[in-house]
Amino acid sequence: MTVSWTIDESTITDLARGAAVLGTGGGGDPYIGALLATQALREHGPVTVVSPDEVPDDALALTVAMMGAPTVMVEKLPNLDEVIAPVTALAASLGRPVTHIACAEVGGVNSTIPVAAAAALGLPLLDADGMGRAFPELQMVLPTLYGITASPLAFADEKGNTGVLRTIDNTWTERIARVAAVEMGCSIMIAGFPMTGAQAREALVPHTLSASVRIGQGILAARRENEDPVTRVAELLGGRELFSGKVVDVERATTTGFARGRARIDGADGSLTLLFQNEHLLAELDGRVLVTTPDLIMVLEHESGEPITTEGLRYGQRVRVLAAPSDERWHSPEALAMVGPGYFGYDTASHRFDGREEGAR
Amino acid sequence: MHIGIDVGGTNTDAVLMDGTAVLAGVKQSTTPDVTSGIVSAIEELRRGHPFEGAQVTAVMIGTTHFINALVQARRLAPTAALRLGLPATRALPPLIDWPQPLREAIRARSYLAHGGYEFDGRPISPLDPEELKRHAVDMAANGVRSVAISSVFSPVNHDLEVEAAAIVAGELGPDVAISLSHEIGRIGLLERENATIINAALRELASEIVDGLTSAVRSHGIDAPIFLSQNDGTLMDEDYVRLYPVATFASGPTNSMRGAAVTSGLETCAVVDVGGTTADIGLLVNGFPRETTTEVTVAGIRTNFRMPDVLSIGIGGGSLVDTATNEVGPESVGYRLTSDALVFGGSTLTATDIAVAAGRADIGDADLVRHLDRAMVGAVLDRIAERISEAVDRMRTSAAPIPVVAVGGGSILLPDELPIFGAVHRPENYAVANAIGASIAQVGGEIDKIYAVEPGRRDAILDEVRQEAVDKAIAAGAKPRSVSIVDFDEVPIPYLPGNATRIRAKAVGDLDMGQ
Repeated sequence: MTVSWTIDESTITDLARGAAVLGTGGGGDPYIGALLATQALREHGPVTVVSPDEVPDDALALTVAMMGAPTVMVEKLPNLDEVIAPVTALAASLGRPVTHIACAEVGGVNSTIPVAAAAALGLPLLDADGMGRAFPELQMVLPTLYGITASPLAFADEKGNTGVLRTIDNTWTERIARVAAVEMGCSIMIAGFPMTGAQAREALVPHTLSASVRIGQGILAARRENEDPVTRVAELLGGRELFSGKVVDVERATTTGFARGRARIDGADGSLTLLFQNEHLLAELDGRVLVTTPDLIMVLEHESGEPITTEGLRYGQRVRVLAAPSDERWHSPEALAMVGPGYFGYDTASHRFDGREEGAR
Repeated sequence: MHIGIDVGGTNTDAVLMDGTAVLAGVKQSTTPDVTSGIVSAIEELRRGHPFEGAQVTAVMIGTTHFINALVQARRLAPTAALRLGLPATRALPPLIDWPQPLREAIRARSYLAHGGYEFDGRPISPLDPEELKRHAVDMAANGVRSVAISSVFSPVNHDLEVEAAAIVAGELGPDVAISLSHEIGRIGLLERENATIINAALRELASEIVDGLTSAVRSHGIDAPIFLSQNDGTLMDEDYVRLYPVATFASGPTNSMRGAAVTSGLETCAVVDVGGTTADIGLLVNGFPRETTTEVTVAGIRTNFRMPDVLSIGIGGGSLVDTATNEVGPESVGYRLTSDALVFGGSTLTATDIAVAAGRADIGDADLVRHLDRAMVGAVLDRIAERISEAVDRMRTSAAPIPVVAVGGGSILLPDELPIFGAVHRPENYAVANAIGASIAQVGGEIDKIYAVEPGRRDAILDEVRQEAVDKAIAAGAKPRSVSIVDFDEVPIPYLPGNATRIRAKAVGDLDMGQ
C-alpha cells in the first residue's frame, strides 16, 4: 500500500475495534482514547496517514503514547495539551521540527492517542507501529533491536510540567519515567524513540493502522452480511482459529503491577489454557503448547467477533481463540530475550506459530 | 402487615403481606395517571382481604416512572453539570457524549472549575471560590434549577465536591437542587458524572412523584412510611428518593427476580422469566441480583450504575416455530397470541401451541393442535430446553450447581427437568412476583472506593470498610442486629503503586418497621 489515506471521526470506531483485536487482550478499554481522538479530529480536521514507504529519509518521526494506569485515565481524563506537549518539548530539545507521529503499539488507548496528537499538531501519522501488537513495557518495540532508543524521551502532565530524559539505555528510561509518572498522577503522555524516515521504514511494523481499520470494518461487515466475523478476522490476519469453547475458569493476581493470570476454556477439542500478563502470552491445549508470545493470541466473542480483553474475561463466556504470526523479526534470539516466554517468567521455549499452513499472508 | 406495589409499563401488581405470607394479590393495568392506579390497586386489595389503614406498617413501591421520564425525555429539570478538575479533563467536558435531544431536554449547561484529586488523594489544584461563584451566577442567569457536581477521584476523597456544593448553594439559594457524584457512582469520571446529571435532571420530578404516591396511600387512611425499591432490591425512604431518584432505575427486573426467589424459598438461584417474546435470565446470590460489571447505556448515555445482569434470549410463549429447523423465535406474535396462535383458532404455529400439543399446558383448544407431528413437538421442546440451559449456564459464575426458578406466562415451555440443572422450581403466586419482590423489607448500605493498602494494614482496612457499609445500612433504617455483609470485593489495580486496591462492600439488614 503506497497511497496515503485519512482518519476522520467515522474511522475511529473501526480503528479502535481492530486495534483491540491486534492488542491481544491488552490495552484496556479504548473508550476514552477514542473519545479524545474524536474530539481532536472534530476540532482540527482529519489526519493524513502515510505508508512508511512514502516517508522521506530525513523525516523526524516520534512515537506518542500514554504511560501509567488505565484506571487513572478513566477518572483524570486526558487533555490535548498534554498530548502535544511532549512532542513540542522533544522537538525543542532535538532542535528540529517533528514531521511524523507514530504509534508505539496497537491496542487500547495507544492507537488512538497518537491520532489525537497528529490531529492537534497537524502532522501526518505513520501507518505503522513499534510492535504489530501490544506488550506491557516501553522498550518492547522493534526499534530497540535496531539500536533506536526511547531516549531522548519527553513526558508531560496536565498541569504543564514537562521533562526530557536522556538515558544510557531503555531500562533506565522505563525506570525513571515510571517514577515520574507516579509523581505526576499516574497518567502521563510520552513522546520518544526519535527516528529518521529511513529508520522508521526499517524498524517499524508497517501497515498496522490500515490493518486495524480493515479488521474493525471486517467485523461489522461480516455481522451485517450474516457471515462469521471471527472467520473474517482470521482471514484478514493470515492466522487461524485455534479453539472454540466456554470460559470455565479465570484466575487473576495483580503482582508486580501487572495483571497476571490464567483462563481455562473447555470445548469439543479439549481444554485450552491461556496464560496472560495484560496480554495473552501462551496457549496450551491439554498441556501441549500451541502458541507463545511473540505470536498473537486473540480472544473474540463467539458470535459477534468482539475482542475480549484479559480484564474482560469471565466465566461462562463463549469465545473463540485465534492465533496469528507476529512480525518475523520478533523471532530473532535478541527479540525473544526481550519478549519471549522466558522474559515473562514462563518455563517454555518460544513456539513458532506458522499461520501460513492455513492462510496466506 | 405491609403492602408491596410494582408499577410496570403494562401492569400494576399489588400484594398485601403478613410477614412472608401473601394475604391478597391483585394485578391491574397501569393507568396513565399512576396515582389513581395505586389508589384502585389498594382498593382491590381491601376487597380481597379487608384491613384497617392503621394495621399497615409499611408500603413498598417499585416504579418505572423515573427511567421512563429519561427515556421519553419528559419532565426533566433544566440542569447544569459542574466538574472540578482543572487543569485536567478539559478536552472532554461534561455531557460530551450525550445524545443531542437529551441535552436539549435538560437545557444542559456544562462548567469546568479547578479542584479534584489525584489517585492517591493529593489535590490536583485548590478550589477557586470566585470561579465557582461566577459559574453559579451564569447558571442562575440561564434558568438552571438543578446542579450536578462531579470531581476527579471523588471516590477517593469527596471533600471538594461538598465544599463546592456549599459555595454554589450560597449563590443559587435553597430552591436549586444539588447532586454530588460521589454519592451516586463509582470510579470512571464520565460514567459517574452522567449518572449524577441524570439524577439532577430528575430531582423535581422526584418530589412530584413522591408527593403523588404519598397522597394516594394516605387517601386510604394509611399513615405508614412509604419506601421505594432500588436497583438492587433494597428500599429507600421517601426523603432519599427525593435526593436520589436515579437509584430506582432497574427496580423492575430486580423485583421480579427477588419475588421469584422469595416465593420459591431459594436465596441463591437462577431465575428464568419467560414472557411472550423473550426469556430473561438473571442470577440471585443471597437474595440479591448479580449486577453488571461493565458500563451500561441508558437512553443513549453511558453510565456505571449497578444494574441487575439480565440476559434476554428470543424465546417466549408467542415465538414463531420453524418446523424445518425445529427452532423458535426470535420473531413472536407478541400480544396477538390470543388471536393468531393455533390453539386460539389462528393460523400461526407458536411455541404455546407446541406446549399445549405436548400436554404441558391447557390453553385455548387443544384439539386444534392434535394434528401436530409428535416428533416435531418433542424436538422443538428439547431445543428450547437446551437453549435455556445454555443461557443459564452462561450466566452462572462457576460450575457449581444452581437451582433454576421459572416464572412468567411463557414458563409452560420449560420441562420439569432442565439439562445440566435438573428440577425446575415453579413457585406459586408468580403472577404477582414483582409486587412480592417490592415488599421484601430490606435496606442496605454500600461502599465502593479506592484505598492505598499499606503493608500489614490490609485486615484493618477491610474491617473499616465493612463497618462503614454496616453503619450506612443502619442509617438507612436497618435493624442493627439484622445487618450483615452480603457482598464483598477486593480488586488490586494494575500499574498503580502503593497497593492501590478497589474495595467494595455491601451490607443489608431488615427494615426496622417499628414493631
